[in-house]
Amino acid sequence: MKILVPIKRVVDFNVKVRVRPDGAGVDTANVKMSMNPFDEIAVEEAVRLKEKGTATEIVAVSCGVAACQETLRTALALGADRAILIQTDVELQPLAVAKLLRAVVDKESPRLVILGKQAIDDDANQTGQMLAALLDWPQATFASKVDIAETKATVIREVDGGLETVDVDLPAVVTTDLRLNEPRYATLPNIMKAKKKPLETLTPDALGVDVAPRLKTLRVTEPAKRKGGGRVADVKELVAKLRNEAKVLR
Amino acid sequence: MSVLVIAEHDNAALKSATLHTIAAAEKLGKDIHVLVAGHDANAVATAAASIPGVTKVLRANAHYLAQPTAENVAEVVLQVIGSSGYSHVLAPATSFGKSVAPRVAAKLDVAQISDITAIESPDTFVRPIYAGNAFATVQSSDAVKVITVRTTGFDAVAGSGGNATVEDVVAPAEITSAKVTGQELTKSARPELTSARIVVSGGRGMASGDNFKMLEALADKLNAAIGASRAAVDAGYVPNDYQVGQTGKIVAPDLYVAVGISGAIQHLAGMKDSKVIVAINKDAEAPIFQIADYGLVGDLFEIIPALTAELSS
Repeated sequence: MKILVPIKRVVDFNVKVRVRPDGAGVDTANVKMSMNPFDEIAVEEAVRLKEKGTATEIVAVSCGVAACQETLRTALALGADRAILIQTDVELQPLAVAKLLRAVVDKESPRLVILGKQAIDDDANQTGQMLAALLDWPQATFASKVDIAETKATVIREVDGGLETVDVDLPAVVTTDLRLNEPRYATLPNIMKAKKKPLETLTPDALGVDVAPRLKTLRVTEPAKRKGGGRVADVKELVAKLRNEAKVLR
Repeated sequence: MSVLVIAEHDNAALKSATLHTIAAAEKLGKDIHVLVAGHDANAVATAAASIPGVTKVLRANAHYLAQPTAENVAEVVLQVIGSSGYSHVLAPATSFGKSVAPRVAAKLDVAQISDITAIESPDTFVRPIYAGNAFATVQSSDAVKVITVRTTGFDAVAGSGGNATVEDVVAPAEITSAKVTGQELTKSARPELTSARIVVSGGRGMASGDNFKMLEALADKLNAAIGASRAAVDAGYVPNDYQVGQTGKIVAPDLYVAVGISGAIQHLAGMKDSKVIVAINKDAEAPIFQIADYGLVGDLFEIIPALTAELSS
């Protein structure tokens, strides 16, 4: 079974982003970039499925600027077999990415697409569901456990009220949640080996996909600053302040 | 052109997230229709019809909508949109809404706008990005705006006083490629995490799931919901649905008590809009203190029982 793992290059989760003074976005110059953490979990899950003998080939795919090659090399070092970059300098929104991925699915015919439930930059949480809709495939979002059988996947999902189990017929789209697995680190020998694995570059034009943004960002602003840092000495003072100053206790 | 709100419910009652979503819909200044897709969900349809501001309730009844999949709900929504023109489709930004709305948008070939916290005009919306460390104002030129609403951004509308008509719509054929086969929902007599007036949350500092009993005693005293940081959920102290943060639940109660939580930005993203924040942590340098109104440095295992006792006095 072939698995397709879409991954996104994002500002590293440890970086405290700063809004640009001109309000046109956040500052991404000279900022550490990494693979979206949820996509790392997706790569890990695919690699584990291959180690179990369920998957035969893992294809990592990323859409964006040329530097996404680095992120794809990371996926290759973690265990993906080959990579596809759909290269463009256009700002890609989830619908455009979903269309690009549909075109890749049409070429590659995977039985499973597994990707992060959301990217930690735009926090959109859309791409997997959109891809599933465009393909008319079932989806299993927010997965915390995935079991693959011959013709279906059984997925435990993290939902607002607790957990939900869904059975989806294959092929299907699965989006990963935090507790699906703990991704491994790439070893140095594997990082070296990854440099020799195949990485194909395509363009949206070659795939016949219009990626023009649908949403126009008018401005990006800082959130309202919170004035914190107040201290109390003990429990008595805390309760007194909550009652008399903050008035939040009835 | 009207606004369609996709109701979230459990076939017996409307979820409060729906009331916040309708509050967002009201800001668009148009007729509001509420879609109740369910099975034997008449009580829900009646409840939706009595919300002031709702002009029509559309009821889709089918056996397979008892435990609905996103695939099937999206099909109902698409059918409803297809038969009458809607300018906006709104769903709450919950695990339900987030699963359905992108499917609807993709099928309509329009963008989906996630997690909006404000509406500037019928085509311009504000939404958090980068775990709420920035806010983007985005404008859509699509014919239909498909939106998920961050419930903390809009105060819930009243649940009674209205008298909308209820109209039946025929549910489309079932999509059988996905099926819900089980649910393991956390049962609690406490208020719901996302709508509670007070939230008491525990982090890694709680050191075990057993120790959360201490927080339960405090929460009972305050009539509070219990939340947790990702670290506490990952460690298995409490179930996943307790998680507050960028990828968990977003809460904005009147009072948020963070106990043994260091304050990673991913956690702050889920609670920093709370009106009053109390932090209790033994590490005086923990980042949570920077956003707390009242910080108390010390051993939580002494402070929490003392706090519970003080509240009783």
